Amino acid sequence: MTMRAHLVVHRPAFTLDISLEVAPGEVVALLGPNGAGKTTALRALAGLTAMSGGEIVLDGHRLHTLAAEQRPIGMVFQDYLLFPHLSALDNVAFGPRCRGASKAEARRTAAALLERVGLAGHAASRPRQLSGGQAQRVALARALAVEPKLLLLDEPLAALDAHTRLEIRSQLRRHLAGFDGATVLVTHDPLDAMVLADRLIVIEHGAIVQQGTPAEVARRPRTDYVARLVGLNLYRGVADGTRVKVGELLFSSSDRLEGPVFVAFSPAAVALYRTRPDGSPRNLWQATIDGIERHGDNVRVHLDGPFAAFSDITPAALADLDLTPGQEVWASVKATETHAYPA
Amino acid sequence: MRTVPRQRSGRPPWMLVLPALLGLAFLVLPLAGMLIRAPWTTLPQRLTEPHVLEALRLSLVCATVATVVCLLLGVPLAWLLARVDFPGRRVARALVTVPLVLPPVVGGVALLLVLGRRGLIGQWLADTFGVTLPFTTTGVIVAEAFVAMPFLVISVEGALRGADQRFEEAAATLGASRWTVFHRVTLPMIMPGVVAGAVLCWARALGEFGATITFAGNFPGTTRTMPLAVYLALETEPEAAIVLSLVLLAVSLIILASLRDRWVTSP
Repeated sequence: MTMRAHLVVHRPAFTLDISLEVAPGEVVALLGPNGAGKTTALRALAGLTAMSGGEIVLDGHRLHTLAAEQRPIGMVFQDYLLFPHLSALDNVAFGPRCRGASKAEARRTAAALLERVGLAGHAASRPRQLSGGQAQRVALARALAVEPKLLLLDEPLAALDAHTRLEIRSQLRRHLAGFDGATVLVTHDPLDAMVLADRLIVIEHGAIVQQGTPAEVARRPRTDYVARLVGLNLYRGVADGTRVKVGELLFSSSDRLEGPVFVAFSPAAVALYRTRPDGSPRNLWQATIDGIERHGDNVRVHLDGPFAAFSDITPAALADLDLTPGQEVWASVKATETHAYPA
Repeated sequence: MRTVPRQRSGRPPWMLVLPALLGLAFLVLPLAGMLIRAPWTTLPQRLTEPHVLEALRLSLVCATVATVVCLLLGVPLAWLLARVDFPGRRVARALVTVPLVLPPVVGGVALLLVLGRRGLIGQWLADTFGVTLPFTTTGVIVAEAFVAMPFLVISVEGALRGADQRFEEAAATLGASRWTVFHRVTLPMIMPGVVAGAVLCWARALGEFGATITFAGNFPGTTRTMPLAVYLALETEPEAAIVLSLVLLAVSLIILASLRDRWVTSP
């Protein structure tokens, strides 16, 4: 039941052109900034947006020639779109009914699914009586009720508050693990993507810019957007052994490479000094403080200079250094914390 | 958040208040006048006169059947105008509203020319099926439906345009055909709009005069509806006209009031 798709959608001033392959039981997350085309991609897979070209092949069958109602898919929408005039049970039974099950049969399927998502007690509730988390689970049950081969989730957790989100995220992960078809989910939240997906596909401006397992993407970002998402400083440079030249600056890294590379290091690895520290001139530069903000328990210092960078320091260090915006500081990062990888 | 004072300071300007009050009086006074002049003592006796009951029954039946006809034809038409992109849709939408602005008498004449005994379709109907519409109770229903249908179509089309089409997309991803989407998702969701349209349509049909008298004539028992009876009574027996008018007024108010809370006001 492998799904292979090449999606092409032309719009005025926007083109989506991506290829993806999802194995049975695999969860792939499309991650990207707003307007990158991830929802368009999902709607094209569902048959809700017409494709300008490309193809969708699921299990050897061509899907792109079928209307939405004929595709073996289940979809969970961002704000769930539960039918307001139907009970939770009838919402879940809607799909099986449309695909030819008898009323009693459809309701049995629906009741079993509601039970599975822990909402057996809410079968008779109307959508407006459900909390956000409950509505999300009904929406998932409704999508699973048609026994889809391809499950599509559009920002499944975006409409939830922070607390519910945590709980629903882990539940959703469990349900997705139990689903044997291919799953494609769209999100702009890196945490959702990392927790829920086996593989990430990062889309920017309608094209794939990076893909890999969550760990790979988190460790080796390839665009500024991904670097920001995973919280790393990222630069392009040219390597000559363990020495990497980024602009005019020289970095030492623990990796031995040649040619164009990316250099990444964590903001926590960047130390700040009032005066030029002694030692190696590598991995050291002079910067201007652009801004200071809280970041969890620490303080994130925005640095300007030869390049923009973030440095995370403790509030105590901030007080010791007596830093204020506009001030000149020296910044350094250890070679062992500086990762380089081929561009 | 800052609270914004709801009441603007100062008096409302008389340039607005004066015409507003005049307008209100203009709308209410005739009704009040009717209540004042009504022959209250003889009212029960007049109400139960056979020709009054006959006209009332005919009016209610015709208006109701006309509304059903409008629902059966008008809801699909509204759906077509709102959901299907076909060439000439703008023209079709404009044509639908023509009976709204057409003087009803002209509508009656037009119906006669098409459905009359010598009309384009009427002649064929008469020759083939032996069916004649003008000057029959069916003719009354046709005339009322012709005049009232735009009210329904416009109301339902508005409801369809206002309805969130993503629910229809959600239904499609669950395997629902367009017909299933329509009757299991779209129709229940726009029901308030359909009922509001049907009420407007029914009220318009109940009060229909011009097209009815032109196309269906004025025969007691078959085509003399309440408005026609009122008009006729006014020439011979003004008090009877008042009584008939009161009945029409009461029926309209009762229907409007009973539906208002449940349907007509949007949630």
